[in-house]
This record gives sequence, C-alpha cells and structure tokens, in this order.
Amino acid sequence: MMKFKGFLKILFLLVLILAGILSAGQQRFPKPEFETGYEQPTPTTPEPRSFGMEIADTIILAAVLSLVTYFIIRKRSRRGVLWTSIFTLVYFGFYRNGCICSIGAIQNVALSIFDPGYKISVTVLIFFLLPLVFALFFGRVFCAAACPLGAIQDLLVIKPVSLPVWVRKTLGIFPYIYLAMAILFAATGSDFIICRYDPFVGIFRMDAPFIMVILGICFLVLGMFFARPYCRVFCPYGVLLSWMSRFSKYHLTITPSECIQCKLCSASCPFDAIEAPVVEKYRTDQVLNRNRNRFIIFALALPLWIVAGGYIGSRAHIFLSKANPDVYLAELMIHHPELKNDPDNIDIQSFLESGDSFEQLVEKASLVRQKFKTGGWYFGGFIGLVIGVMLMNQFILRKQKDYVPNRADCFSCGRCMDYCPVEKQDRNTDNQDDEFVNGNPPGTAFKNSM
Amino acid sequence: MKKDRSINRREFINRGARVTLGVSLAGVTALSVGDSLSKKYVWQIDPEKCTQCGRCATECVRTPSAVKCVHAYDVCGYCDLCGGYFKPGPNELETGAENQLCPTGAIQRRFIEEPYFEYIIDEELCIGCAKCVKGCASFGNGSLQLQIRHNLCLNCNECSIARVCPSDAIIRVPIDEPYMIKGMFLENGEDAG
Repeated sequence: MMKFKGFLKILFLLVLILAGILSAGQQRFPKPEFETGYEQPTPTTPEPRSFGMEIADTIILAAVLSLVTYFIIRKRSRRGVLWTSIFTLVYFGFYRNGCICSIGAIQNVALSIFDPGYKISVTVLIFFLLPLVFALFFGRVFCAAACPLGAIQDLLVIKPVSLPVWVRKTLGIFPYIYLAMAILFAATGSDFIICRYDPFVGIFRMDAPFIMVILGICFLVLGMFFARPYCRVFCPYGVLLSWMSRFSKYHLTITPSECIQCKLCSASCPFDAIEAPVVEKYRTDQVLNRNRNRFIIFALALPLWIVAGGYIGSRAHIFLSKANPDVYLAELMIHHPELKNDPDNIDIQSFLESGDSFEQLVEKASLVRQKFKTGGWYFGGFIGLVIGVMLMNQFILRKQKDYVPNRADCFSCGRCMDYCPVEKQDRNTDNQDDEFVNGNPPGTAFKNSM
Repeated sequence: MKKDRSINRREFINRGARVTLGVSLAGVTALSVGDSLSKKYVWQIDPEKCTQCGRCATECVRTPSAVKCVHAYDVCGYCDLCGGYFKPGPNELETGAENQLCPTGAIQRRFIEEPYFEYIIDEELCIGCAKCVKGCASFGNGSLQLQIRHNLCLNCNECSIARVCPSDAIIRVPIDEPYMIKGMFLENGEDAG
C-alpha cells in the first residue's frame, strides 16, 4: 500500500514536470539574447481612477444632499437648489459621465444579494443608500438637485402641462414595472437594463450610439412640456425614494406658516405633485360609506391581483429569459442547428471553440430559465400588488385642509416655496428692502402673476 | 379633541413606517454586503479567454474603443516574420502599408539587431480590433494582447463589451490589480514589486 502511494507521488511529480516543460514550450520563439545592449521596454499600465477619488465622490454626494436639505428645509431657497442642481449636472453628469449613479446601483445591490460570487463595492453601496436615508428624513432631496438625470430635465422644464389624474396614475405604474424588471434581470445575472437604457448618459458623455442620443434628446424635448418624463414615468429608483419620502420625518412645506389657499403653489408645480384640500362638503356620510365599501371590496381583491400578476409573470418567463446570453445562445443553437457551420456567427463559433459541451450549455440555460420562472412569480405578483393597492388608494379621502405636497411624488425642487405669498409677506415685514435688493426672480414671477 | 387624536394616530403610523423602512434598508444592506465588501472593481480582459472576435473595437461606449493592444515584450520573440505585423503571405518583410495587418498602421516595426525586430503599439492609432492579437496568437508567442486601458475606460457599471463578449473574457477585477497581461507578471512582477 505504501509502495503504491509512493509510486503515485512519483507519477504526480512526473506529470508536473511534464506539464512545466509543455507550458514553457508554448513560447514558440524563445526570447532572444541581445548583443547590442538593447533594453527591453515594459508595457505601460495606466492606473484606473484611484479608490480615494471614488470615496471623494461619495463625500461630494453626501455634501450635495446635505446642501439641498439645507436649502429646502432651513433656508427655503429655490435659487440655492437650482445652483446645486447645476453643480450636480456639471460634476456627476458631464465630468463623471453619469456613472456610477444611484439609479443604476439598484442592480448592483440586487446582483450582490442573489449572486454570492459578486461582492458589491463600498462606493456603489453608499451611492445606493445615502439618497434613501436622506429621503427617509427629508423627502426626495436627491431628486431635487443631487441626481444628474433629474437636473438635466429640471433645467429644461419650459412650459409644463398638467395631466389628468388617471393618466398620471396609470403612467405611475411603469416605474414599478421597470424596477421589478431591472431587479429580475440583475438578479439572474442577465443584464443591467437601467444602465443600458439610460437616456441621458449619451449626452453626458457626448459620445454614444446614435439611437441613444436621439432617445435622450426626445426625452429632453418631451420634458419641456411634460416635466421630468424620465423621473415620473421610468425612474426605478424614484419608486424606492417615494416609499421613503412618504413617511419622511421632515419634508418640504409649501408655506412657512399658514396656508391662505391662494392656489398659486398648485399652479407653480410642474409635476402636479401638490394636492388640493379635500372640500369638506364632499365628505358626507354617504360618500364615506360608499368609499369604505369599495375600499373593502378592492382590498379583498388584492390577493387576486397578486396571483393573476404572478401567473402572468411566470408565463412570461420563457420570453423574459431570452435576455440572458446563455439562454439566448442555447435557444439559437437548438432552433437553428445549421448555424454551427456558419463561420460568421461569432457567438456560436466561440462557444464551439471553448470546449464546453452543448449539454453543459443547455443545463446552464435551463438553470437560468428556472430562476426566471421563480422570479417571474415575484415580478408579476409585485406588479399585481402595486396595481391592487393603487386601486384601493383612490377610495381614501384624506382630511386635508390646505395645499400640501404629495410626499411620494414631490421632487422637493422648491418652486412652490417661491410662489407662496405668505413667505413674501413674512420676508417683507422682516426686511422691507431685502427683496428689491436681491431682485429675487421668483418674487418678480409672483408679481407678474398678480 | 377628536382632531388631535387623528393627528397623533397619523404621526404614530408614520413613525412606525419610518422605523420599518429604516430596518428594511439595513436588512437589504446586510444582505448585499454578505460576509465582505470589495473595494472597487474595474473591467479587464482575461487574455487566456479572449478569442479575438473583434467586438472590442465596435462595442465599447467610447470611440475609438478603450480596449487597446498591449505588447508584453517579455514574451515577444522579436521575429522578423511577425504574425501580428504582417498580413499572411506578405510581398516583402518590410514596412509597406500593403504588407501590414493592422488596419490603422498602429504597429511600428524597428530593427534591433540581426535578426530581431521590435514592435511598438501606437495606442493613439490602435482601435482594439484584435487582428494583430489573433495573428500573434496563431503564429507567434501571443505577446500581443488586448487590454482595457484604464486611462480611457469610463468603467461603466456594466461594460457594454462584456455583455456581448462571446467567451466571457471581460471580467471584473479588483482595482489593486487592474491589468491581466499574460507573461508580464511572471518575471517582471518581482522586479516591479
């Protein structure tokens, strides 16, 4: 037995030596020995942006968020927010080229939760967390001026139109779908769709596929009339922020003291995010009873929505899973076996060269597809839940006496604060000359509207 | 009196929701961090996996691509008939454009001593098409390799070349070791270190 082991050891060593000779033999032409004193150069390796600089970015983000919070909650200055958003646009947008951003960080977080092989990096995690924590306390100050995508759209709001509630609510479902899809694709390791279809990154980089530049410009042109289209109809991070902001401890208030119901703020908001007071005479017992009954019916229907959504989601898994490169390749090779002989099909040729067997690929693909099936249930169930809750919500009549920002939708841009005449009055009584010396543009806007 | 109570109730619900959201945020953080955090990743090409398909030249968000050919001189055989420099079956072994494989003429050939020639990549001209890399891998030592140059790479959250790379050769590497030049770190690594 011992002898046998010793023999094995020798055999193992021999194999090692042989492997060494073979691998050395890979160099077909040995390195020459120069006689003229030629000095061999070394290839340069330019360093990536240092880790310290990345940390500096997170510090800048924290500073910008704090500054916006100060402008919104304490100083109540729209102008401050505006200048901060210009800084954000220049720094995070045009200088840092819009990457990494908090919106895209959702995918890194999702991937790191579901793929144990991927470790999230510190900066990405901070970019993901900071705005959410700020939203939990101060509302969506990130949207106001710390997001380059928001900033570029906000600066181009020219003549915003107001849309009917049902249109806004229906469009409001899309961010949830986008969020769920982004998480599904990231968690299965298929694609980072938020980054891939970021409409403004092409503009920030001034260098992108033509179609993406066109898409970005379309968004900006649309945004002149339908303010911040990306934020309101697509932004998946906005969903998370709105959850936080809904329950924020301190939030932007339109008026510093008492609301005089002048409706000026309501007209000033380009995002239809200001809720009018509920007229007391609507709150009759009859209406309240009817609403309560409908609310209960819709609440009971909630499980149905979830199951229906989940079912549709899981049925769609075959289609959705095509986004995964392995599934795509396996399907292509199954349905078009003749492509194996096509030298121009790089994907198939590289796969054939790689030495993996076709069965391995199919197994990998079916594993991914299985993930999509489970994920599809969650994906669809989540969308069903969102729709169900949205329908329930329309029967809640709040006891609301003043004009207040809808905390979920409000981007904390601060336009309404500037329009509030109560503030003007207070400021004027504080310091008569102040307004005229500073020449506040919002002040003039207010006078014009009078 | 009644009004007061309702305000308190709403404030109570808000506070509860805030705490719940805060806790779930912490939960998501803990889940995603797992047992360790990484410093930062950058994208790099693993030359062992690269099949020189040519997509690096076209798929990068930058034009020209942030992928360039890098010459690991240590592995180079300094051949006169260089598989990376000359087209298959060149008319003559000299620097005429008609003999060159590189579509942009980004490789400079310089005589060192009989029979050795040095090849230098002009990165300004290189578009990362991998033609020379393929030639060198097929007929030579494989000293020409594609690498992502970090002075050019924007380090997108998801590398758009990685998404279409047929051999999954583009991977995330730790920021401390941003290059994967084959052969260079075997002997030179000690010198550099």
